[in-house]
Amino acid sequence: MIRTVLLLLLLALAWPAAAVQPDEMLDDPALEERARALSAGLRCMVCQNQSIDDSNADLARDLRILVRDRIRAGDTDAEVLDYVVSRYGEFVLLKPRMSARNALLWATPVLVLLGGGLIAFVNLRRRAERRAATLSAEEEAALKSVLDERD
Amino acid sequence: MSVELGHFALVLALALALVQTFVPFVGARIGSLSLMRVGEPAAITGLALLAAAFAALMLAYVQSDFSVANVWENSHSAKPLLFKITGTWGNHEGSMLLWVLILSFFGALVAAFGRNLPPTLKANVLAVQGLIASAFLLFILLTSNPFARLQPAPIEGRDLNPILQDVGLAVHPPLLYLGYVGFSISFSFAAAALIDGRVDAAWARWVRPWTLAAWAFLTGGIAMGSYWAYYELGWGGFWFWDPVENASFMPWLAGTALLHSAIVMEKRSALKIWTVLLAILTFSLSLLGTFLVRSGVLTSVHAFATDPTRGVFILAILVFFIGGALALFAFRAAALAPGGLFHPISREGALVLNNLLLTTAAATVLVGTLYPLVLEAVTGEKISVGAPFFNLTFVPLFLPLLAAVPFGPVLSWKRGDLVGAAQRLHFAFAAAVVSAFLAFFLIDRGSALAALGIGLGLWLIFGALTDLALKAGIGKVEPAAAFSRFRGLPLSVFGTALAHAGLGLTTLGVVCVTTLETERILTMQPGQTAKIGGYALRFEGLQPFTGPNYTEDRARFILTGADSVRLGELISSKRLYTARGMPTTEAGIRTMGLSQLYVSIGDATNDGGLVVHMWWKPLVTLIWIGALVMMGGGGISLFDRRLRVGAPARRKAGPAAAGEEAA
Repeated sequence: MIRTVLLLLLLALAWPAAAVQPDEMLDDPALEERARALSAGLRCMVCQNQSIDDSNADLARDLRILVRDRIRAGDTDAEVLDYVVSRYGEFVLLKPRMSARNALLWATPVLVLLGGGLIAFVNLRRRAERRAATLSAEEEAALKSVLDERD
Repeated sequence: MSVELGHFALVLALALALVQTFVPFVGARIGSLSLMRVGEPAAITGLALLAAAFAALMLAYVQSDFSVANVWENSHSAKPLLFKITGTWGNHEGSMLLWVLILSFFGALVAAFGRNLPPTLKANVLAVQGLIASAFLLFILLTSNPFARLQPAPIEGRDLNPILQDVGLAVHPPLLYLGYVGFSISFSFAAAALIDGRVDAAWARWVRPWTLAAWAFLTGGIAMGSYWAYYELGWGGFWFWDPVENASFMPWLAGTALLHSAIVMEKRSALKIWTVLLAILTFSLSLLGTFLVRSGVLTSVHAFATDPTRGVFILAILVFFIGGALALFAFRAAALAPGGLFHPISREGALVLNNLLLTTAAATVLVGTLYPLVLEAVTGEKISVGAPFFNLTFVPLFLPLLAAVPFGPVLSWKRGDLVGAAQRLHFAFAAAVVSAFLAFFLIDRGSALAALGIGLGLWLIFGALTDLALKAGIGKVEPAAAFSRFRGLPLSVFGTALAHAGLGLTTLGVVCVTTLETERILTMQPGQTAKIGGYALRFEGLQPFTGPNYTEDRARFILTGADSVRLGELISSKRLYTARGMPTTEAGIRTMGLSQLYVSIGDATNDGGLVVHMWWKPLVTLIWIGALVMMGGGGISLFDRRLRVGAPARRKAGPAAAGEEAA
């Protein structure tokens, strides 16, 4: 199985570069631009981490044509994606949907940022308090006189 | 014969690495100086043995000795000499050998140049290094022996994967490994400090140059890999968020954070516990990267090894070192005294923000890379996490970081003044804003996003220059005095400014190419002309060409400027490597100023035309120039007198060391 995937990968990789072919492209530049943007977010199923927009595999070409067909038929971007997912599964999306299954994936940046920020904040505060508490009244007075002198 | 000697040297190196692990460690426990000192000759001899083993493998490649399985699998007698040499590490076994060679190189550097290190610290560091080397040498000998022979010997080899037959590959892995493995020194220092239960500012001063060197190499390695993918794969992209790229990017993010927190620890004795943890995490991410790439757990564009026994072995190494170090950390971290105090608005505070954002970015990349693997392993469901996810999560984390960078160096330690810092930066800010406006109105496809991005990049560059100007007192003191102050600034100040300016250059390059790039896909007949980016390309036709181990179809284009001035030729080709029957594309790239014209060709059509994909990539080279500047900044910092390994400690340590000799 893995060997097959590798072989496919090598083939897909090694194909000459021009991924999107001139004969696939839509005449209306606005529609074509939408097709390119959508293609960049769809995975070439037989490649590794390559979008159908970059890939030269036959399957990627079929999918590119499918996307353009749907666009020509008047689908919105969301409808095109829904259609592709209904046929190929969520694996085809390079940006996973925000669902319960992917909650941890999407929440990580926010959780780490907030958690880390909280830890840093609490540590700073606690240490400042601890230090403040360790100064006796005399020390405070001495400190104040020194500071006053400097001013 | 030399192959068997190489194999023998490898086995000896393992034995020696075990000696290097246990003898100094025991010495440090019982306080025996003579046992502790065993670590030094062991580390240096280990390097010599591994160098010999590596040389033996390289010799087998140069001589095309196909009785060696590894050479047979990855080389060919018709391959150019350069690629025979670089093929030594263009495969799993050879690259693991390079990995340990570099590991022992760093260990030997500590042994040879760490004269001022306290003996127990040095013994512990070398022991941890020895342990890492032992684990990986065992891995090589048991699962990935590069010296295995074939009987009978085949007549011809199977050739190296053609996309790896490239000068970029000659440079990319060694640089990357110098970075990856360089972080092992920070890791060993952290583990040694935890074993000792003592971490102080001097520790940070010893760790910082190693981290800096590793970081500079990793920066160069990643940039090289990115440029290689850019011109070799023919897709015109510079970063794909491929898991293998992420594997090298995560240690870079963590290493960048470590570099900055070590400054706080050295200068202000604060963030000690965090710095130690970060040193462990950075090398853990390097190990994870090695696991991801070497185990074949991801089959991605770079992967060239698939064998589950290897994966399990590396996973065991990974768990042992990361788990062990984190357990050590959990037991001992409480013993480390917390350090100095600082106000949130201060240079320390700015560096904490830097660490927070970099760590979050690293965590985001980590989860994004591993999530599909874990999900599939646990539930069997398959999802993809690709560029659109990372662009959506990583970029918003990095933008505030970039915006905050110029503030760091101009804030004072302990208690800073944000308004004052903003005032000091007003010139840089004004210049960046004006440039952003100019960019918006001057660029004909003016987009707000491009203008903001250009402003951000220039803000970093002007901010770095402002920092230098402020530290030299330009505008405050007389020009002559300012000049002499400027010349007297410590090299680390220049290093910081250069690295931050380099980051600005890379930002500029990324922004310009992602927002302003133009692209055309068309079928061209010979003699037809296509316009792109203010230039015109006339297709002259396809010509066959034969190279040493490949044949190719070359498409010739004549390039002319806006006023029909002929600017020369551009060749883009499709290559077929005969030994493996594998085609590759060789993009035609023409650099004009800092921008590039990028042409890759597709199939010929039935009517004699050719599918051509061309891009105009404005300022694209800044992406890699910026990385080189960052690398240069790291390099310059490394030559700062205060950082030269233990330089200030030498004077202090002098009498004490003499005393030890006497005793």
